[in-house]
Amino acid sequence: MGSYILKRLLSAIPVLLGISVIVFLIMAMIPGDPATAILGSYATPENVARINRDLGLDQPLVARYFIWLGNMLTGDFGRSFSLNRPVLDEVLDRFGATMILAGTAFVLCSILGVAAGVVSAARQYGFADKAITFVVLIGISIPSFFLGMMMILIFAVNLRWFPVSGMWPIYGGRTLWSLLDHLIMPALALAVVATGVIARLARSAMLEVLRQDYIRTARAKGVHERSVIWRHALRAAMVSIIPVLGIQAGFVLSGAVYIEIVFQWPGVGRMLVDAILTRDILLVQGGVVFVAACYVLFNIAVDVAQSLLDPRIKT
Amino acid sequence: MRDFLRLLARNQLALAGLIVLSAVVLLALVTPLLPLQAPNVTNTGDRFLPPFTEGHLLGTDHLGRDLFSRLMYGTRLSLAVGFAAAVIAAVLGAAIGILAGYYGGRTDNVIMRGVDMLMAFPYILLALAIVAALGPGLLNALVAVAAVNIPFFARNIRGITVGIAHKEFVDAARLSGMGDMRIMLGEVLPNVIPVIVIAMSTTVGWMILETAGLSFLGLGSQPPVADLGSMLGEARSALITNPHTSVVPGVMILIIVMAINLLGDGIRDALDPRLRSGALTRPMAATTVRRDGPVPEAREGALLDIRELQTQFHVKKRVYRAVGGVDLEVKPGECLGLIGESGSGKSVTALSVMGLVASPPGVITGGRVDYKGTDLIGARYEQLRTLRGREIAYIFQDPLATLHPLYKVGDQLIEAMTAHGRAPKEGARQKAIELLKSVRIPNAEKRIDSYPHEMSGGMRQRAGIAMALANDPEVIIADEPTTALDVTVQAQILSLLDDLRRSRGLAIIFITHDFGVVAQLCDRVAVMYAGRIVEEGPTAEVLATPAHPYTKRLIACVPELGEGRRKLAAIPGLPPPVDDLPPGCAFAPRCAKATPACTEPPIELMPFAGTRAVRCIHPENDAAAREAAE
Repeated sequence: MGSYILKRLLSAIPVLLGISVIVFLIMAMIPGDPATAILGSYATPENVARINRDLGLDQPLVARYFIWLGNMLTGDFGRSFSLNRPVLDEVLDRFGATMILAGTAFVLCSILGVAAGVVSAARQYGFADKAITFVVLIGISIPSFFLGMMMILIFAVNLRWFPVSGMWPIYGGRTLWSLLDHLIMPALALAVVATGVIARLARSAMLEVLRQDYIRTARAKGVHERSVIWRHALRAAMVSIIPVLGIQAGFVLSGAVYIEIVFQWPGVGRMLVDAILTRDILLVQGGVVFVAACYVLFNIAVDVAQSLLDPRIKT
Repeated sequence: MRDFLRLLARNQLALAGLIVLSAVVLLALVTPLLPLQAPNVTNTGDRFLPPFTEGHLLGTDHLGRDLFSRLMYGTRLSLAVGFAAAVIAAVLGAAIGILAGYYGGRTDNVIMRGVDMLMAFPYILLALAIVAALGPGLLNALVAVAAVNIPFFARNIRGITVGIAHKEFVDAARLSGMGDMRIMLGEVLPNVIPVIVIAMSTTVGWMILETAGLSFLGLGSQPPVADLGSMLGEARSALITNPHTSVVPGVMILIIVMAINLLGDGIRDALDPRLRSGALTRPMAATTVRRDGPVPEAREGALLDIRELQTQFHVKKRVYRAVGGVDLEVKPGECLGLIGESGSGKSVTALSVMGLVASPPGVITGGRVDYKGTDLIGARYEQLRTLRGREIAYIFQDPLATLHPLYKVGDQLIEAMTAHGRAPKEGARQKAIELLKSVRIPNAEKRIDSYPHEMSGGMRQRAGIAMALANDPEVIIADEPTTALDVTVQAQILSLLDDLRRSRGLAIIFITHDFGVVAQLCDRVAVMYAGRIVEEGPTAEVLATPAHPYTKRLIACVPELGEGRRKLAAIPGLPPPVDDLPPGCAFAPRCAKATPACTEPPIELMPFAGTRAVRCIHPENDAAAREAAE
């Protein structure tokens, strides 16, 4: 197992490098001239040349990439001009908030999605199946930011069950309870789309598995139907559900951008959008590389989970 | 194509989606022709008018602009951008996928590596990076959304193209001197179009959501022009005071995307052949029972008594009479052979006993299965479950498919016991090891922790038998347990079953298509043809003097020792389809002795030579059999 994890980690290196190349190339496409931006349009050519030399902008593209990569590997992601602090500090501060939100939503959508899919498959064409299918259809069709706004309107403004927005109360202590109070609505709104996708997949994976001969064997043994569904069938179906959970984690992370805006959640997504609007390119660049790298590592964890679940995978 | 449209039309939800989507698209197309107010003219005196105000059907927004007009123009813009992104992503993605799949090798490797890199991003990060580089704007948002979806198309199309690139018709085109470009456009492209359509139909809704999302963030369409996303974004600040300005564009997005998703599901179902016949239905916990006629009485003396059993498969409007009134009985310690060609209904008969016929489509429509005075067909699920495996156990063919691939053999064995509360938790493992030993699995202490895929075929079959024995059942139903095994292993398994029967007093119903196996193991044999028993009697007598012409032909197929192996196919013709059985004798069309009377129903199972029975009006070996009986 240890060597398998190591092998997967090593195979992530080219992917991470590829990500950095892609981000670098996209950012290199940006029109305009940083020197002019810094010095203003009346700068002398000598001053422009000096700034370019100081910033390393006179070097060829390849050399610039390696300088940038080297800096990142030593933890230097540059400095955000709009916030006037190191990019990495800001990203790390924000990433924690995003992880709380996206992590909770991911757990929610995994559990709810798989459970809904299993129930739907076990009661195929029954009332529960039709009800779940209908709710799932709405779930995958509704824009998460609209859903979030409607939840605020109904549950925060009208019913006053939850606070309208933010991560912590403005007055009062930062207790776990107050965090949960603020977390429930955004996490649910974020989980809905992925729940729908997972439920659909889990349903068809379960239908596929329930037709297999070993399910008939389990029934022939006299295993209770509840156990046939939740142990025998679900265990086998998880083999095809888990990779999709990995993919959906990416969608949850993506959806977090909208939810963070709607609920004023102080996460990376809101930071990125603000950075784009203020054209704080270094902050965008650093945030994108950091989150993408975390996502790659998360997917390795998914692969490892998969190999633990399926003894037929050679580790 | 016509089939496709018909399938689509049959799907009511997809049709509803199509109608709604068409209506929205049509409205969006004619929007500039409608007598609407100008969408971008502000009138701050009329801010936030509620819906149904005079002159403003849906009210006005924060700048006093007519919401209905803005909604129509916004819908137009959102649809256009969403579809454009989908088309761009599909065209570029398909081009990349076809190139990679067609050329293969290094080209493929390089391209697909790049695609993998792009897919390693959570999609919005890539989209945000692109928008950050190009600057906010609707066109840039479109580019970003199309770009992040290209890898998805490329990967799908490449997979299909790889399969096509090595087909004969592509080779033929290549040999005839066609250029690569012409082959890709003329031969490959038409074959991947259904995949492109499916991929587009499942992603276009998503792309509309994504572009709306970018606009919502303020990175898409810029004021004063608004698509649905930026309408929502602008309305957000007035969410609490004037929710209608948010609800109007939000609901519109929901309607559009939902209609597209419904239609997309319909298109996918219509184009994906696997789903076409409704193949993906799951069997229920027990076979459906729908008995119309009277339930027959059980006979005396039998341990398991099957009376007039009828099991059918209802597939759409067709009814397949897999089992058309079967009578069988087995006494304690007896081994009954049930023999017939594949499709004769022998397995379905066996599975009907414990309600294990896949249902849907299976339905038990008549008869009785009596076990110690209980009618199993009418039994409640819970009662059936407690008997399954405990009193009547099954051994199935092909244990690689019938054992759960992800659980250890030992755990599956232990579960067989704990399901009936038979084994204490601590002793279960020891009992499982003993069971594995009793079926002569060497090194049972270690084998108990093996997964099925780590065992050999013979070993797995023994494990299957051990599982059947776990609860000391009274009856074992073995459904071709040796068919997948080679001859030496087969002989070992048969002698094992024979020993177990003698030492434990088991009753066995042994299903096979091999008379050689029946001769070795069974006291009595029943021959099945087209869902009915055509002959029954003591094995030795039936083998020596078969009475039914079909039995005679079957026995003629069994190789004698030292002779070459002949096949069942030596009987001319095929069994009749069980959804269209001929009246009278089902074997008559293939029978050399058939007379007009053979096609007149009904032909009953008649007593023959004392202990035997035959369903034939011109039985073979009539005189010889009578003589032997006396």
